[in-house]
Amino acid sequence: MTFEPLIAQLQTRDRSKDSGCVIDDGLCPDWIVDNFDRYVDPFWQHVYLTVTPVAIGFLIAFGLALLAHRRNWLVGPIASVTGTLYTIPSVAFFFLLQPITGLGNTTAIVALVCYTLLIIFRNVITGLQAVPEDAKDAARGMGLTDRQMLWRVELPLALPEILAGVRIATTTTVGLAALAFLAGGGGLGQELDQDPFFKSNVVVAGGLAILLAAILDVIILTFQRFATSWQRAAA
Amino acid sequence: MNDQSSAPSPDGKSDRQAATLEFREATKLYPGQDSPALDKLSLEVPAGEICVLVGPSGCGKTTAMRMVNRMIDITDGDILLDGQSVRDRNPAELRREIGYAIQQIGLFPHLSIADNIATVPKLLGWDKQRIAARVDELLELVSLDPHDTRDRYPPQLSGGQRQRVGVARALAVDPPLMLMDEPFGAIDPINRERLQNEFLRLQSEIRKTIVFVTHDIDEAIKMGDKIAILQKGGKLAQYASPGELLMYPNGEFVEEFVGADRSLKRLALQRVRDIDLWKAAQVRAGEAVSEARAKIADSDIEIALLVDDQGRPEGWLSESAFHGERVERKLRSPAEPIVELDDILRDALADLLTSDTRYGPVVDDTGKVAGVLSLEVISNFLHDAPTETRTSVDLIEEEA
Repeated sequence: MTFEPLIAQLQTRDRSKDSGCVIDDGLCPDWIVDNFDRYVDPFWQHVYLTVTPVAIGFLIAFGLALLAHRRNWLVGPIASVTGTLYTIPSVAFFFLLQPITGLGNTTAIVALVCYTLLIIFRNVITGLQAVPEDAKDAARGMGLTDRQMLWRVELPLALPEILAGVRIATTTTVGLAALAFLAGGGGLGQELDQDPFFKSNVVVAGGLAILLAAILDVIILTFQRFATSWQRAAA
Repeated sequence: MNDQSSAPSPDGKSDRQAATLEFREATKLYPGQDSPALDKLSLEVPAGEICVLVGPSGCGKTTAMRMVNRMIDITDGDILLDGQSVRDRNPAELRREIGYAIQQIGLFPHLSIADNIATVPKLLGWDKQRIAARVDELLELVSLDPHDTRDRYPPQLSGGQRQRVGVARALAVDPPLMLMDEPFGAIDPINRERLQNEFLRLQSEIRKTIVFVTHDIDEAIKMGDKIAILQKGGKLAQYASPGELLMYPNGEFVEEFVGADRSLKRLALQRVRDIDLWKAAQVRAGEAVSEARAKIADSDIEIALLVDDQGRPEGWLSESAFHGERVERKLRSPAEPIVELDDILRDALADLLTSDTRYGPVVDDTGKVAGVLSLEVISNFLHDAPTETRTSVDLIEEEA
């Protein structure tokens, strides 16, 4: 693992001697084919830097939303706190966290988790609030307990909204994770940063990030279509 | 709850007893309000009867209904289900034993029709086979095709079909008591009438104790074995059978609420066979005129009805039919409208009025003349006190 980037760098140097394209910082298909390997590890790092924060962020935001669901007064304060976190510039966030969590993945992930909270929390709450009153009244009238109503009626009906939140959070996180290298987190952002004026590099690293966002989006969307097939019944 | 007792017997009818329900000075006072939403409501609903709570908005009828399954807590007084206070019961467990159907139906859009109906059976831990069998049975009970319906989702059904599913879901575990809050309120008038009739037919089979809330006095008269009229402030104005209520409203409020046409409403509760019809002179063509004249003298009206060999009405004879020795086939008017003994009195009256005739020959189920109905006959009936009070359920049952 450790020597692979080294080889890649050697190759870059090798090719830069005889390829005018690389010297001109142009878009060189040959170079891309030859150097694609060096993006594989950063790509997987980027996946890790996206999926982990979204997963942790989902658990926290979901828990907060359930907590606030039956205690409506909590919605305001939680939205304010997560909203404030959301407005902190990412670069500043990484530097603020560094003294506490050090340089590396942890710092990046803590910051990225914080950015997902507002989106997911708000969507879970919105979804739960949009559950039709009549369905809730019928559920209660038939003898469902609060917990049964939550898991059997409210959450399934809120699922489309919840998953919409997860999709936005995921796409956003793919983008924000490109800055994770500032916290020492690696990822495709690091590759971008190493040679930001070399078009081939920018296209491959940026392209992979966009591709990742698209793939994750399709995965969630597929799950959503599968899990909420009832929604299309009306059509 | 004993699962065995709620198992439907093979003939599809329930063998579970209906419950008695008693309100004992049941009172609801919402915090921060001066006057109660329901003020010392006391009434008893016998097992197997439909009690309709009716009144203007704000009279506390829905509050009263929702206090039964503790969707609304009782402030004072008590409600007894089979003699046991609902206040002593765990609300969720209590509700599973009480069918619950509301105007908005409240089907779960994310569940198939079968899963919607299976809600309470699942809560009670029935096994899959039993649930599947019960779902099909219930769908048939509410006149829906199980094959066609069970796997569909609520938005794929019409309003009327959804309402039936709502009723089926409320009946799922064969509850001894059903609460129904304007269950047909959101349905168009034509389908509402159909659903009401269907439900009455269903009730004649299942014989549940039912608390039925409506703001529509006509619906109350149609559906109720007993009607409780509530007025603003949650006070009970009168609790009586539909017939009694229409005949003897106990005050200005009830009289006004029941409506000026309450006499006409009584007609909807009676069949032609229930009233004293007039006797008609039934004459056959070729009969001796003297004989025919004797029959007319013996009858209640001044004209004779020509009947065929089977005694079926052919028309009203004109005076010229009696000019010879034998009665001739000379008609003044056809025998219309022909009324059947089983017709609802209100419909028969409508027939008389639209045909613009004074008399309508009444026939039995073989088509034979049984008497004559006239506006006077009906008006006499309305002035007499009801000999027995009947309800729409009784009417439906006779039909079945």
